[in-house]
Amino acid sequence: MITMENVSKTYSNGVTALNDISVHIDRGEFVYIVGPSGAGKSSFIRLIYREAKPTKGKIIVSDRDLSKLKERHIPYLRRDIGVVFQDFKLLQKLTVYENVAFALEVIETPPRTIKRRVQEVLKLVGLEEKEKMIPSELSGGEQQRVAIARAIVNNPKVVIADEPTGNLDPDTSWEIMKVLEDINSKGTTIIMATHSKHIVNTIKRRVIAIEDGVIVRDQQRGDYGYEI
Amino acid sequence: MTFASIAAVTTTLILVAVFLALVLNLDQMAKNIEQDVQISTLIDMTADEDQIVELGEEIEQIDGVAEVQFSSNDNELSKLVESMGDEGQAWSMFEQDNPLNHVYIVEASIPEETEVIADQIEELNNVESVLYGKEVVEQLFQFNNYARAIGLALIIALVFTAIFLISNTIKITIIARSTEIGIQKLVGATNSFIRWPFFVEGALLGILGSLAPVAVILGGYYYIYNNFANVVNFRFVELLPFDPFAWQLSGMVLLIGAVIGVWGSVMSVRKFLKV
Repeated sequence: MITMENVSKTYSNGVTALNDISVHIDRGEFVYIVGPSGAGKSSFIRLIYREAKPTKGKIIVSDRDLSKLKERHIPYLRRDIGVVFQDFKLLQKLTVYENVAFALEVIETPPRTIKRRVQEVLKLVGLEEKEKMIPSELSGGEQQRVAIARAIVNNPKVVIADEPTGNLDPDTSWEIMKVLEDINSKGTTIIMATHSKHIVNTIKRRVIAIEDGVIVRDQQRGDYGYEI
Repeated sequence: MTFASIAAVTTTLILVAVFLALVLNLDQMAKNIEQDVQISTLIDMTADEDQIVELGEEIEQIDGVAEVQFSSNDNELSKLVESMGDEGQAWSMFEQDNPLNHVYIVEASIPEETEVIADQIEELNNVESVLYGKEVVEQLFQFNNYARAIGLALIIALVFTAIFLISNTIKITIIARSTEIGIQKLVGATNSFIRWPFFVEGALLGILGSLAPVAVILGGYYYIYNNFANVVNFRFVELLPFDPFAWQLSGMVLLIGAVIGVWGSVMSVRKFLKV
């Protein structure tokens, strides 16, 4: 599903975020990316959906070689990837329904399919009752569930979550994890960067630890391994 | 800001329309003059009838000569008398003792070749001299070229100013919607999908801005054409007729307006589509 071979990323200001990383993630895996702040987790994630370009090395995401991917083909890569952020990135003026439908409208899905599909995913994340509300009327956990619904509405092969529980209290975080596990159990690959020791140690999955731009640990059913 | 950029397009296009009307009319006048350039070949007074006929044949054989017409000295005199109006009557006394030459009036098939042909005719026997209003024609052409160059330079400068203003207006809309664009890019919208609404907005701004100029053109040209056309109408100076010229000009202005708008918007969106 995702393969990186000797990937390095140096930003234009000279900071090396990743240094000679090689990793392979299979279809259907659930992977935690852990490590201290500034270790390169976000860069790792940004490389996958081609928000950033590697300085060196080869990245293959769902059979596309990103180093050869043309600028105008990036949108099609992104249709295979759902992205969830710590700050939700919802459009405040749109309702829950519209925020989710937005992801389908921009890829020009027929209106009838949109309606059916949006209702399906809202049910999946448990927000079918709140589709007419706007984000500011929802709790943080609910907003994040809207964001997840938007990320999965076009059936991506991978969902990338950059600290999805970072802004949420523990109880709400479990709700979100339950939704992500659900999605994963249906075959979608999940890659999640997180600082939550509690989550990583409770729901045991593959753990990739990045420090100073290098993978220092890659462990099936691993634990968080940092004391905070 | 939206109003400001529509106003900018409006002002620009009114000026553009005025310059276009001037340039196009001048162009037409230049064409009229070009069409009318004739070479008067003054035939030597001593030439007899055979020599005159022979000269006519020789002129006809020159490359690029479209038409050769003989005009006798009597004919020339009556044309002169006619063109002078009442004062011309004074010339009538020359009828008995005509001081004018017989003339061959020669027309070139391509106006620019007039000079070359005139030079060749001058070499022939029994030609006293050749007249074709060389200086006047050249000065008119030159004036027209200057006017055209200045007019075009001004039009281009104005158009760029308007594009700049529109692109600024649209940039403000884009900044307001940058979160939305960011999310669109994230979920896989193509650049053309994102660009489309701004494209439409730009075209609309441009077209709205050109409505007033179109009204000014139609009203203004109608007024000028009907009130001044007859005053300034002599030989070459002839205004292009209202219909179809004013309509064509309006169409051009609308098109320029739309292009300005679209260009301005495309310019400002481009920067936001990177990443």
